[in-house]
Amino acid sequence: MTNLIGNTPVLIILLPLCSALLCLALTAVSKNLGSLVVKISCLGSLVLSVIQLCMVVSGGTIHYAIGNYAVPYGIEFVIDSLNAVLLVAFSLMGFLTVIFAGNFSDNKNHFKTAGAYAELALLITGILGMTSTGDVFNLYVFLEITSLSAYCLISLGGSRGVVSAYRYMLVGTIAATFYLLGIGILYATTGTLNMGDMSNILNEGGHDGAMLVAMCFLIPAFGIKMALFPFHGWQPSAYTHAEPGSRPLVTGVMGKVPALAMFRFFYCIYGTDFRFFRIALMLLGILSVIGMIYGSLMAMGQNDIRKILAYSSVAQIGYISLGFAIGTPIALAGSFLHMLGHAFMKGGLFFCTGAIRYKYGTVDINDFGRIYKKMPLTCGLLVIAALSMIGIPPTAGFFSKWYLALGAAGQHEWIYIAVLVLSSLLNAVYFFRLIEKVFIRQSSDLKTRWESEVLELPVTLIIPIVACFLAILGIGLFNVKIIDVLLMTLEGVGL
Amino acid sequence: MINFMALELRPLYAVLVSLIASGLIYVLGEHIRPNAREAITMVAAVCKAVIVYSLIPAVLAGTEIKLEVFKIVKGVSFAFNVDPAGMVFACVASTLWILTSIYSIGYMRGHGEQNQTGYFAAFAMCLCAATGLCFAGNLITFFIFFEVLTVATYPLVVHYRDAEGTVSGRKYLAYTLISGQIFFAAIVIVYSVSGTMDFVPGGFITKDMLPMPWALVVFFMMIGAGIVKAGVMPLHSWLPAAMVAPTPVSALLHAVAVVKAGAFCTLRVVLYVFGPEMAKACYGADILAWMAVFTIILSSFIAMRKYNLKARLAFSTVGQLSYIVLGICILTPYSTAGALYHIVAHAFMKITLFMAAGAIFVTTHKKDIREMVGIGKRMPVTMMAFTAASIGIAGFPFFVGFVSKANIIMGAVSMGKPVFVATLIASALLALTYLMPVVLVAFKKNVDNPEFDEGGDAAPAMLIPLVITAVISIILGIAPNAGLHLFDLAVMAGNQIFTPLM
Repeated sequence: MTNLIGNTPVLIILLPLCSALLCLALTAVSKNLGSLVVKISCLGSLVLSVIQLCMVVSGGTIHYAIGNYAVPYGIEFVIDSLNAVLLVAFSLMGFLTVIFAGNFSDNKNHFKTAGAYAELALLITGILGMTSTGDVFNLYVFLEITSLSAYCLISLGGSRGVVSAYRYMLVGTIAATFYLLGIGILYATTGTLNMGDMSNILNEGGHDGAMLVAMCFLIPAFGIKMALFPFHGWQPSAYTHAEPGSRPLVTGVMGKVPALAMFRFFYCIYGTDFRFFRIALMLLGILSVIGMIYGSLMAMGQNDIRKILAYSSVAQIGYISLGFAIGTPIALAGSFLHMLGHAFMKGGLFFCTGAIRYKYGTVDINDFGRIYKKMPLTCGLLVIAALSMIGIPPTAGFFSKWYLALGAAGQHEWIYIAVLVLSSLLNAVYFFRLIEKVFIRQSSDLKTRWESEVLELPVTLIIPIVACFLAILGIGLFNVKIIDVLLMTLEGVGL
Repeated sequence: MINFMALELRPLYAVLVSLIASGLIYVLGEHIRPNAREAITMVAAVCKAVIVYSLIPAVLAGTEIKLEVFKIVKGVSFAFNVDPAGMVFACVASTLWILTSIYSIGYMRGHGEQNQTGYFAAFAMCLCAATGLCFAGNLITFFIFFEVLTVATYPLVVHYRDAEGTVSGRKYLAYTLISGQIFFAAIVIVYSVSGTMDFVPGGFITKDMLPMPWALVVFFMMIGAGIVKAGVMPLHSWLPAAMVAPTPVSALLHAVAVVKAGAFCTLRVVLYVFGPEMAKACYGADILAWMAVFTIILSSFIAMRKYNLKARLAFSTVGQLSYIVLGICILTPYSTAGALYHIVAHAFMKITLFMAAGAIFVTTHKKDIREMVGIGKRMPVTMMAFTAASIGIAGFPFFVGFVSKANIIMGAVSMGKPVFVATLIASALLALTYLMPVVLVAFKKNVDNPEFDEGGDAAPAMLIPLVITAVISIILGIAPNAGLHLFDLAVMAGNQIFTPLM
C-alpha cells in the first residue's frame, strides 16, 4: 500500500497509458472489455489524483524521480499544489469524457470504437503527463503524445475531420519543432533538461541572449498549441469536426495544458528577473486582448453551435494568457481558476451539444427552438455554463474574472479591466443569442432518436452533464479554497 | 451545537426559502399539478415574510445582526448585515410577494397563460435576489444578488416568447448587463484602492483613496447600475419596453423588486460606499439630483401622452423612482428617511395601480384608457382602489405618498434647495393630470356603455390583493408606523448615516 501511495505521480499516468495499449487487444477478446478497461483506468487516475492532491496540500510539493535515476540526469515529476489541482480537474474531465464517448461509438465496427478509446486514453495520458512533468524534454514527449492522439481523434470525425486534422498536423508539427528548437538552445546553454536545475543555472545571469532567442521560439510554439490569437487558425475547424465522443476533452482541456507549460517557462524557468520579461508580458497581453475580442466577434456570426464554442475558446484562452500577462500571484491564480472553470464550462457545453446531437441529430442553433421543454437538465447546464462564460455570479467564470481584474487593478493596468468588461459583454451577445434560440424560438420539427419515459437522456450522458453543472457552481462558490491551494505555489513566482 | 433559530442565521433563511422554492418549481415543474406549484410559492412567500418580520424587533432595538457565511473571494466574506435600510426594503418585498403571488394565481389562470413553471420559478428567484441584496453586508455580496436579479428577471420579460418580447428582452439585457459589468469594474477599483467592501453608514471612501476626477468617474461607474434599474433618464428606455410582460411581472418589475433594487443600489453606493461628504465633494450627488429632477418632470409629460394604461403607469414609475434618487442625493437625514419610506409608499401604491390595470385587462380585455369609459360601473371595487392609489401617488395627505414626499421636501428645504422643492410640488400636480383622467373616465356619469353593464368585477384572487394594498396605503398614510414600524426604520437609517457627521 505504501508503494502504491509513494508512486502516485507516475501511476496516474501509467494507468491510462497501459489501458490504451491493452484496449485493442482486449477488444479482440470481448467486444466491450477494451473500453471498460479504459473507463476503469481513468477512474483510477481520478481517484489517485485526488489522493495526491490531499498529500500535496498537507505535505507540500512531491518530487518524484522516475526509476530512481538521480535528478537532474533522470526524469523528474514535480507535483506542486498547482499541478495537483489541475491533475484532479483534468483527470475528472477525462473520466467524464470516456463515459460520455460510449454513446457515440460505432456499433458495427468494434475495432474502430476500441481504437477511438485507445486514442482517447493516450490523449489523457499526454495531458496528465504534461501537467506532471518537471523535465523539458519529457514535456516534449507528452506534448507529442497529446498532439498525435488529437490528430487521430480529429480525423475520426468524418471527411471534414480528416482535412481539419491534416491542417492541425501541419501547424502542430511546426509548433513541436519550434518547441524543440527552443529547448535545444536552452539545453546548449545550460547543459540540463530538468526545469528546476535549468532555472537555477539561467538565473545565475549572463544568458539573456540565448534566453531571448529561445523565447522567440517558445511563444509561437505554445501559442499554436493553445490556440492563442493569432496562432489559432487550425482550432475552429478542428474543434468543430473532432470525433464527437472525445470533443469535450479536446476542447475543454487540450488547449489548457500548453498554457500551463507556457506558465512554467515564463515564471518557473525564466523567472521575473529575466531582462526582457516585461516586454514578453506586454506582447502576451496584447495578443490576449486582441484574441479575447476577435474570438467573441467571430463567434457572433456562426450558426453551428460547435463553431460558436470553438471561437469562444479563442477568446477564453485570452483570459488565461491575460492573467499570465498581468503576472501578480492573484492574477495568475485567476488564470488557473479560469483554466479549471473553463475546462468544465467548455467541456460542459460540448456535453450539452453532444447530448442534443445524440437525441435530435442537429447542431444548428436554429433548430434548437424550445428544446428546453424536452431536455430541461441539458438546458440547465447550458444556461449555467453560458452565464459562467459571461461571468455572472455565483458561477466559476465570475470569480476568475474577479481575480484577473483585481490583479490588473493592482498593477494599474486599467485597460485590461476595460477589456475584461468588454469581452464579458461580447460573450453575453452570443450566449444570450444561444439562450434565446433554446428558450424563445418556435420549436422546429425534430425527430427524437432516443425515447424514454423517465429520463431525458441515457445515464452515461446525464452523469457528465450533472457533474459539470456541479463543478461550475462548486468552483465558483468554493473558489477561496482553490485559490488558497494555488497560492501555495504561486506566491513565490509572480511579480 | 448551533442554534438554528439564531437571529444571525435568519437573513440566510430568508434568502434560501425562495431559492429552494425556485429550484423545486423548476425541477418538479411539469410533473406536478398547477395547484402544487402555486402551493410551493405561497408557502415560501409566507415563510419568508414571517422570517423577515421576526427580525424587525431586533433591528429596532439597534441589535447588530451580522453573519459571515463563508469566504466568497480571497479576503472577503459572503456576508449579511441586517440594517434598518435593508429591513425596509426586505419588508416591502416579502409582504408584496405574498400579495403578488395570490394575484398571479388569479391572473395566470384567468388569462390561461403558458410557461407557468418558468414564470413561478423565475419569480421566486427574483425575490431571493431582492432579499439577498437587502441584507447584503458588502459590495460583492450585493453585486452577486444584483446580477442574479438581472438574469432572473429576463425570463419574465420574455415570458410570451414572441417577437416583441424578444426585442424588449434584448433591450433589457443590454441596459442591465452593460451597467452591471461597469459596476463590476468599479467594485474592483474600489476594493483595490480601499481594501474593504463592507457597507458603512456614512461611507468608507475618502479623498485620499480617490482623487477628484477619478472619484467622479468611479461614482458614476458604480451608480450606473443603480440608475439603469431605477430608470433615471436617459437610461430608462428598457423599462417601458419591458411592459410586454404579463401584468404581475410588471407589478413586480415596476413596483417591487427590480426598480427598487436599482433605487436601493443607489442608496447603498451614495450613502454607504461614498458617504454624504464624498458624494458631495465629487459633485456626483449634485449631478445625480439634477438628473432626477429632469426625469421627474419629463416622465410626467410623457406619461400624459400614453393611452395604454400600463405604459402610462410605467412612465409614472420612472418619475416616482427618481423621487427616491432625489431624496438620496439631497443628503439630509430627513430626505434619506423620506426616500427610504418612498420605497414603501410607492411599492404599495404602484402595485395597486398595476394590479388594477391587470384586473381590467383580464376581466374586460381593455388596455387603452380611451376604451374604459364607464368601466367603474362594472368594476367599482377595482376602480376605487385605483382611485385611492392615484391620489396617493399625487401625495395627498392621509395617503402614504404624502409621508414620504413631505420628508423629502423637508430635507430639500433644510438644505435650501428651492428648485427641488418646486419640482416635488409640481410633480404632484403632474401626477394628478395623468392619473385623474383615468379615474374620471372610469366613473363618468351619463354614459351608458353596454359593454360594462354586466359581468361583474374581477375574480377574487385578483381583487383581494389589490384591495389589501390600497387599504394598506391608506393606513400607512394615517399611521406611518402601523404594523411593521417601517417609518421608524427609515428614520433610524437616516440618522445612522448622518450621525457621524454631526
